[in-house]
Amino acid sequence: MIPLSWYILVSAALFSIGIYGALARRNALAILMAIELMLNAVNLNLVAFWRYLTPNVVAGKVFVLVVFAVAASEVAVGLALIISIYRRRHTIAVEEIDMMKW
Amino acid sequence: MTIDLVLFFGLALIAVVAAIAMIASRNAVYSALFLVFNFLTVATLYLLLNAAFIAVVQVTVYAGAIMVLFLFVIMLLGTERESIGGRIRWQMPLSIVLGLALAGELAYVLLRNDIVQGPLADLTVEFGSPASIGRVLFNEYLVPFEVTSILLLVAMIGAIVITRKQREEGK
Repeated sequence: MIPLSWYILVSAALFSIGIYGALARRNALAILMAIELMLNAVNLNLVAFWRYLTPNVVAGKVFVLVVFAVAASEVAVGLALIISIYRRRHTIAVEEIDMMKW
Repeated sequence: MTIDLVLFFGLALIAVVAAIAMIASRNAVYSALFLVFNFLTVATLYLLLNAAFIAVVQVTVYAGAIMVLFLFVIMLLGTERESIGGRIRWQMPLSIVLGLALAGELAYVLLRNDIVQGPLADLTVEFGSPASIGRVLFNEYLVPFEVTSILLLVAMIGAIVITRKQREEGK
């Protein structure tokens, strides 16, 4: 039997890689993809906890479905923002989008 | 039970390596494809956890819809190349330190507190089927479900409004 903590370790590794990507990449699209990776790690956590701790309640799966919907809407709005910024500035490097800084 | 262990270790290794490759590749198209690979591996992990419906939704929504949207935007903008070396020099080492610190803390807390439970409960075949999830979703979790639908509507309208060309401004 696979211990629960191994699943959470895999999930923690994926989340940390996502954190590094969101902090280190300079392409706005890559940052958005790293955030997707982090949401995915959280989902793995939720499913593992559902299977090991409360397998008789479907609530864990419902939570994962809500996270799917939130991720989809986040990507839609984020990509719309990136397209809008690219139209005005012709770049999506995050350090060059500094017009609100003074 | 040993086949489960072999499957788990193989899948976990592939998922972590795909995530690292996704972060390390400079070309955003390769990043997106590695992320699809990672999503498919995690979907197989869901199958290992008896969550077949979640696995299928992961493949269709994440690996299908969301990543196609990403690839579409990457190729539409044509900005897949990322220039090396920016204005902020300390960004990369600081992110490595912060990511490793988070991973170390999580691993320490996990390995110190042993949260392993007893033997796994057996699940019936139809448990967690789309029908049972739908029944729970529309009875107990109706309000969160409706709020999610409003969120999707707002995101849809927001995406259209943000990307619309402002004709009134140009005149």
